Amino acid sequence: MVQLLTPHGERVHHPDYDIEPTPGELREMYRRMALTRRVDAEGVTLQRQGELGLWPSSLGQEAAQVGSGLALRADDHVFPSYRDHGVALARQVDPLHIFRLFRGVSHGGWDPAEKNFHLYTLVIGSQVLHATGYAMGVADDDADSAVVVYFGDGATSQGDVSEAFNFAAVYDAPVVFFCQNNQWAISQGVERQSKVPIHRRAAGFGLHGVRVDGNDVLACLAVTRAAVERARQGREATLVEAFTYRMGAHTTSDDPTRYRQSAELTQWARKDPIARLEKYLLNHGWADADFVAGVGEEGDRLAQHIRESVRTMPDPDLTEFFDLTYAGEHRQVTEEREWFKEYEASFVEGS
Amino acid sequence: MATTTLAKAVNAALRAALEDDPKVVLMGEDIGRLGGVFRVTDGLQKDFGERRVKDTPLAESGIVGTAIGLALRGYRPVVEIQFDGFVFPAYDQIVTQLAKMRARSGGRIALPVVIRIPYGGGIGAVEHHSESPEALFAHVAGLRVVSPSNAADAYTMLRQAVAGDDPVIYLEPKRRYYDKGEVDPAASPHPLHSARVIRLGRDATVLAYGPTVRTALEAAAVAEEEGTSVEVVDLRSVSPVDFDTVEASVRRTGRLVVVHEAPVFFGTGAEIAAHVTERCFDRLEAPVLRVGGFHMPYPPARTEHAYLPDLDRILDAVERVLAY
Repeated sequence: MVQLLTPHGERVHHPDYDIEPTPGELREMYRRMALTRRVDAEGVTLQRQGELGLWPSSLGQEAAQVGSGLALRADDHVFPSYRDHGVALARQVDPLHIFRLFRGVSHGGWDPAEKNFHLYTLVIGSQVLHATGYAMGVADDDADSAVVVYFGDGATSQGDVSEAFNFAAVYDAPVVFFCQNNQWAISQGVERQSKVPIHRRAAGFGLHGVRVDGNDVLACLAVTRAAVERARQGREATLVEAFTYRMGAHTTSDDPTRYRQSAELTQWARKDPIARLEKYLLNHGWADADFVAGVGEEGDRLAQHIRESVRTMPDPDLTEFFDLTYAGEHRQVTEEREWFKEYEASFVEGS
Repeated sequence: MATTTLAKAVNAALRAALEDDPKVVLMGEDIGRLGGVFRVTDGLQKDFGERRVKDTPLAESGIVGTAIGLALRGYRPVVEIQFDGFVFPAYDQIVTQLAKMRARSGGRIALPVVIRIPYGGGIGAVEHHSESPEALFAHVAGLRVVSPSNAADAYTMLRQAVAGDDPVIYLEPKRRYYDKGEVDPAASPHPLHSARVIRLGRDATVLAYGPTVRTALEAAAVAEEEGTSVEVVDLRSVSPVDFDTVEASVRRTGRLVVVHEAPVFFGTGAEIAAHVTERCFDRLEAPVLRVGGFHMPYPPARTEHAYLPDLDRILDAVERVLAY
């Protein structure tokens, strides 16, 4: 397992993957991870207060998401799953897009081209094929962009994911498969999803496989950067297994006390991704208490902005959705839309 | 203008699409070197190369899933599913992803993906090679579903499907692949989703699409000899349905028989019957009758002559609507 920063905040080295970020870059990693955690906590709170229908927490996975997200260029393409709020923040995607989805006023609705950040995908593993096809197109265009697709340990059980591994290998597609093994797929541990460590599956498909400490933002950045570089060079696609932990529930609808022990959480809390980078920064004098407090205040302001925005998000009118189904006209949709408009209007006129 | 088979008309349409738009790519199992199991894509990989005519791994979900990715990249993939019964591994990608992504994106994404499926029975095939799944696709918002019945339509409808910005399930009547017809690439085409009255009649309308259109025409010819004037409508598009043309025909004849190979239970005919009843209740002289497959898995080849709606079953239904 590739690790560059221990849980105690000590810097270690790896022969194949090493990077030396500047103190400024390290502070930026810390900032994005801390903001991710704050935004995520706001998501949980807003759901508990009835402002969101659901929230899938990214708590504990900030290093995997932010580290990998920061390894990309603007022209690289990200295909997220649905818990990848840290990747969204690393790509500078407006977090309100994600809150619109979980409030239930859209199914996503952001423009993927704006930040090359595609829509969240809720059907497990489906987006892994989309990313692979997209990467095939990048190769056909003779472009040197890379495509990174995010999925979890549970998704590796899906046929689509295995098909994507195979398509990527046989077409030499410039894609990075970034699997966040957070140990749990709702109630089932990773041992129910895979008999072998996930990264070892790569060999059977002709992919390059690597396991990285998913709670180590430096290692996640280094490994993803190398994988993206391999993709640009047209070498075999990489399966990254980021070994991390889902500290929260699967979603706000879940109750993890039914299937896992609190001792496990205590153990993983000691490996917290943000705490270890904070120690590293403070120990070297690259950040001080004021910096940490400042990031905390920035997070609170962002959370406040989100809270106010979410509460005032207008409910859309169902009428808008008729026209989103097809690019061109569809007679039956037109007929139903017109009927519905008349039906709605009949109440107004009659009142 | 040239006389050609339906299969070659599809080939010509694919060739023209590849020539006209560098973003058009073909994908499927055995479509390149072999030219497809029905030779529909014969010669295209040789002329356009392996990037534009992709022989894929044997994985239908993978084909459609990567086609979605290519479409997101700006390509216009035309996918071949080898046989009707093999589309189901891809059904999840088609229904949950391909059909819905435009709506999910708030209308920002277009996915111009055409999925060609040779469909229907009558060729003495083994299991899973003779099915008619059109209703399973027509029920899904976001998809368009069309089926040509002749070579000319096969050419123009495929050109239109590829040129459009929505996903299209393009169903090719495989037992009519070798039927010949006149194809004029320069002719001004009918709108993709329009139905067409292809034989005028007074006493009853028989509506069909895809492989059953020829059967319906044959039945109409026999009925004529027996003194019954049957109008035949080629529906051409199952989603959307051109109910204006259907209604106009039913208003002329007062009677409607819908014919398709797919099982009638929860099938296209049921939807058409419901709409026609609503639109033409005052004009109908008889209930709308359906002629089609039975509620069973497609039977072994030696029995399919009894399963498939044939001339006699259509004439029987015509007699029954006239008896009211």
